[in-house]
Amino acid sequence: MSTGTTLTRRGVLAGGLAFTFTFTAGEGAAAQPGTGPLNAYVAIAPDGTITIQAPVPEMGQGTNTALPLIVAEELDADWEKVRIETAPVRAAYDSPIFRSQFVVASLSVRGYWMPLRMAGAQARRVLLDAVAARWGVPVEQLSTEPSTVVHAASGRRMSYGEVAGFARAPATLPEITPAALKPVSAFRLIGRDVARFDVPAKARGQTLFAMDVRLPGMLHATVARSPGLGARPVSHNGAALLGRPGITHVLPLDQGVAIVGERVEAVLAARRELSVQWSPGEGAAHDSEAALTSYLEDVRDATKPGVQVLRTSEPEQALAGAARVHSAEFTSDYVYHGQMEPLTCVASVTEGGVEIWAGTQWPSLVRDEAARILGIPAERVTVHMLTMGGGFGRRAAIDYAVEAVHVARAVGRPVKVMAMREDDMANAHVRPMTAHRIEVGLDAAGRITAWRHRLASDLVVPQLYGRARLEAQRGVDHIVTYHANVAHYDVPATVTQHLYREHGVRTAPWRGIGAGPNAFAVEAVVDDLARQAGTDPLAYRLALLRDARARAVVEAAGAMAEWSRPRAGTHLGIGFSKLGLPQLGEALAATVAEVAVDRAAGTLRVLRLWCAADVGLAVQPRNAMRQIESSLLWGVSSALTERLTFRDGAVQQSNFTDYEMLRAPDTPEVQVRFVGGGEVPLPVAELGLGTVAPAISNAVMAATGRRLAAIPFTQERVRAALAG
Amino acid sequence: MIPLNVNARAVTVEAAPDTPLLWVLREHLGLTGTKYGCGVAACGACTVHLDGEAVRACSVPVGEVAGRPVTTIEGLPGGAENPLVRAWVAVQTPQCGYCQTGQIMQAATLLARSPRPSREEILEHMQGNLCRCATYNQVVDAIQHAAREA
Repeated sequence: MSTGTTLTRRGVLAGGLAFTFTFTAGEGAAAQPGTGPLNAYVAIAPDGTITIQAPVPEMGQGTNTALPLIVAEELDADWEKVRIETAPVRAAYDSPIFRSQFVVASLSVRGYWMPLRMAGAQARRVLLDAVAARWGVPVEQLSTEPSTVVHAASGRRMSYGEVAGFARAPATLPEITPAALKPVSAFRLIGRDVARFDVPAKARGQTLFAMDVRLPGMLHATVARSPGLGARPVSHNGAALLGRPGITHVLPLDQGVAIVGERVEAVLAARRELSVQWSPGEGAAHDSEAALTSYLEDVRDATKPGVQVLRTSEPEQALAGAARVHSAEFTSDYVYHGQMEPLTCVASVTEGGVEIWAGTQWPSLVRDEAARILGIPAERVTVHMLTMGGGFGRRAAIDYAVEAVHVARAVGRPVKVMAMREDDMANAHVRPMTAHRIEVGLDAAGRITAWRHRLASDLVVPQLYGRARLEAQRGVDHIVTYHANVAHYDVPATVTQHLYREHGVRTAPWRGIGAGPNAFAVEAVVDDLARQAGTDPLAYRLALLRDARARAVVEAAGAMAEWSRPRAGTHLGIGFSKLGLPQLGEALAATVAEVAVDRAAGTLRVLRLWCAADVGLAVQPRNAMRQIESSLLWGVSSALTERLTFRDGAVQQSNFTDYEMLRAPDTPEVQVRFVGGGEVPLPVAELGLGTVAPAISNAVMAATGRRLAAIPFTQERVRAALAG
Repeated sequence: MIPLNVNARAVTVEAAPDTPLLWVLREHLGLTGTKYGCGVAACGACTVHLDGEAVRACSVPVGEVAGRPVTTIEGLPGGAENPLVRAWVAVQTPQCGYCQTGQIMQAATLLARSPRPSREEILEHMQGNLCRCATYNQVVDAIQHAAREA
């Protein structure tokens, strides 16, 4: 597309079209001579400016600072000279974990850790080789200081900017082995806080979100989405709306109806008057209350084996032979992502291909789907990875980008497709509602001999990755069932069974995935067992945890909270959780919550949270703590108020007026501390979430002797628990 | 044609009087720092100043604004040097950042009348401004930082 308008230039900035140019905000795109791309990630200009590509889009977790910083570390760059661009969508920027540009599961830093270190080291080697040739010295005699090549023997020095005057990437780039990387002890940037690259613009409203893209000739559109999977528009009153000023098209889509017009206000006004009759979809009769009842029946019915997610030793035998069996049931309701920017995508289809501006967690999939829809090669699809106004898993689904491509093709002009909040919520891609039954076998001495966790819910994996993936995993939905186990505790025989029913409800990963509901159930049971044993719940965990890293976070959280100090009018509870793939390393966390219970009103107030976390190597410690704080507060929000319900197959809530998320006055004070550590970064941004609901429920148990077993702990449920 | 006074500049817009001020600011005037979040004054992402008071631009018809001073994040005095903007950067408050301009505009009206606000006072004042990243504690820190620097 042509450049010329301010906003187009910002679009170019966000998309990072060219490596050889350095863009300076406010001055326009100024071409400068320099090294050109030393590899996919690095280019250096003669003034010393180092341009580093961020391979994935920013959604608030700070990766567009942390990822380039990893390159800069191995490049030995002066951080003050670094400019960051968001990369284009190209295989060179794929995460080795997903073989895709895909931001999910808090795995961006973990996934790109080695590729980015290698890229930085490789670019540095190109500079060193160029200087060695110029000075006629062996490259082994050269070293670097920040943005400077040094030949110690002769005392010569040359800045990276000067090197950029003559260094060029060779036809074959030098091979780098892990042995050539810096030892962790030599890191100058990693592990030390720098200011986030994205913050100044965000504090002034200058960040370009998809919502803010404006193109010449652009139309506005919004989509009424069908209430559930498979429901299609049968008829609508759009013909009457077409005559209105500013409304140009009413377009039936596969699962929706789009209203298109010249002015957004006209489009939104028409949307309010649009009514659509839908074909009955897969979930036309879905009623969340009835479904939860059926889930509870499923987990109680021992004749239903479900999908075996995990099994160690002989839990059935151990349960049958137990001196005593403790059992407990828990539920969690559907929750909505509530990202602050309603889903928005801008698309422009021309003869040359398609250009897309989107805040998406999965840009590679947007590119591939757009190519498939339009029947063009992927090279003719340009996806600008814009900053997301929150993602949290919702933008792992690309429904809104697919619709924008369809609408743009139909209208033949650039179009911005923006969801009204009410439609965003009606089209919620939920974290599935769950029911749990946990049975624990104990011997005569009160030691745990067996643990059975039966979980009933809908599925996420088939909607995110396709049904073939679920089948390849023998029916195991690793997203929904995450942390439905006691892997870190010393329990000799365990089994986890997933009884799933699909209800035609749209699902997606939701921050913390299964740890939200599953760690709640597990950690509430651990607490109950401690009380039955007459043991302090924290001491009980320390005795039962077989993993030293897990014991360390529990111990540290207790110390931070001064666990044994008596409080006046408040009580403490603790929860433990984890995040990550076992084969790549799991981050661990424990949180103590201080809770005040108003028995008469049936209300809770969470006053303070203390979280100890082991995230391995924290690339940006302050930002990592903020991410954990954010995930902890998601834990509070989802434990206390968030609840989406369905009746007759449709979401019953409509906006932030009836879907209640955490607000400022209910925010507890939060302290996060890192313990442990290591030489590899582990997942961070979702880690705290699973610790919170059990910590709150356990604090209420300590205060009242009553168990809150259904998330969220609404006033009605608290009253019922206290009365029961 | 509706005459407006936005960020101390006189402009006229061609919009129906019932058009929400939010869309006039964003689409007619290109002031995209003011965000759409809910459309029903429940999230605060569109907070601007009208006659010096914080209002939700999604729920103010432009016809009611004719001639009255409107200030958006783009017109916040001092720009990058505004004490609140500086504090937001110093504390590193934003995460996704989408709601933060609304938070800053809301915060400005608190500091205008309470130069040394307590944590509780701040949290109460910010009740109408949702932040899904839940940066509320950093909003408190930033406002207190700005109060100290001012």
